[in-house]
Amino acid sequence: MTLSADALRCQRGGRQIFECLSFSVTAGQALLVTGRNGAGKSSLLRMIAGLLRIAGGKITLSGGDDERSIGEQAHYLGHLDALKPALSVEENLSFWTTYLGGTTKPAEALTTVGLDSLSHLPAAYLSAGQKRRLSIARLVAVKRPLWLLDEPTSALDTKAQAMLLRLMQMHLAGGGIIVAATHLPLGLESAGELRLGPAA
Amino acid sequence: MNGLGALFLRDIRIAIRIGGGAMIGVLFFMSVVTLMPFAIGPDLALLTRIGPAILWLGALLASLLALDRLLAADQEDGSLDLLTMGPAPLELSVGVKALAHWLTTALPLVIASPVLALFLNLDLLATAAVTATLLVGTPALTFIGLIGAALTVTLRRGGLLLPVLILPLAIPVLIFGVAASNAAVVGPVTFGTPFTILCALTLMSLVVGPFAAAAALRAGQE
Repeated sequence: MTLSADALRCQRGGRQIFECLSFSVTAGQALLVTGRNGAGKSSLLRMIAGLLRIAGGKITLSGGDDERSIGEQAHYLGHLDALKPALSVEENLSFWTTYLGGTTKPAEALTTVGLDSLSHLPAAYLSAGQKRRLSIARLVAVKRPLWLLDEPTSALDTKAQAMLLRLMQMHLAGGGIIVAATHLPLGLESAGELRLGPAA
Repeated sequence: MNGLGALFLRDIRIAIRIGGGAMIGVLFFMSVVTLMPFAIGPDLALLTRIGPAILWLGALLASLLALDRLLAADQEDGSLDLLTMGPAPLELSVGVKALAHWLTTALPLVIASPVLALFLNLDLLATAAVTATLLVGTPALTFIGLIGAALTVTLRRGGLLLPVLILPLAIPVLIFGVAASNAAVVGPVTFGTPFTILCALTLMSLVVGPFAAAAALRAGQE
């Protein structure tokens, strides 16, 4: 399975963010997208997920399920948590698991991210880091080959960062692909780097 | 489709929990209808004559009140992004959301309307006619509103623009809803004629609404 972009161009609000961007990531590889603020890291991830119109060029995922779009084979972990404060931790997760077509039991995924003791608490009472962990539980509960992570370690403590690293390593070992926008080294060995914008 | 069922249940659950706002529409509907006799005066004959129109206007305004939360809440917390990434087509997902929205915001209005009809001195036949037309007509309001909600979802103050966009499109529903209610009481046409057109308007909006809303959401991917 290979994710590749060819001569990609990104435009937002009439302003050119980047152009002629090409890269390719194969199964088991991670790609770290770096660059200054506003270089288009988040925009690139949203374009891959199909959430932002592609101004030029194309993105292809070969070796995947041809019947489904890239977005339907990808997990997008963005800045927003997509959690409903009125629903409990477990209700939030089991909704997304069912909606996104997952089969794993929510309780297992909650144990993985260490939220099993809070499963009946409304999501409104979670801290920023706990909300992040609940979003990460979604990646565990629904198996999808492509992970698009936007600043995945933000708000996470060192223990949760180690947990995330372990999950990412497992995902890569299982033949998955990770594209992560980040300012920090995530600790993944042999991860490629894509630097956007002029070299700092 | 399992995922769509889960979405339906989630939206209903959020609406009926604290802060969900399912009952706000009914309270607003009550306030509007209760104010009318004060403004018009205790002329029972006049109230009877314009009662169906007052109930329809109240229901229309109350359903507009809740519309801006239909998609905006999901946009603000990032849920809308993930909804487009599920295996279900976006058209069906927004359709299911609108259905859940109708059930939690518009159906309570229909249920409350016989009670409010008492305030307006409507007799049994007129009450039944208004309730029936509201039951059939409010889905059209919700599904037309869905288009407006999708168009204004990315605007910060879209809540104010939405009613202005939607009201002109809701006029046919209002006309035939009130016409059917009046026809049942005073004639001259039979109740069935305008009521059938009202049904047709609803069926049309059920088909057009989800497709237009999904197209608007896709076009708005900025």
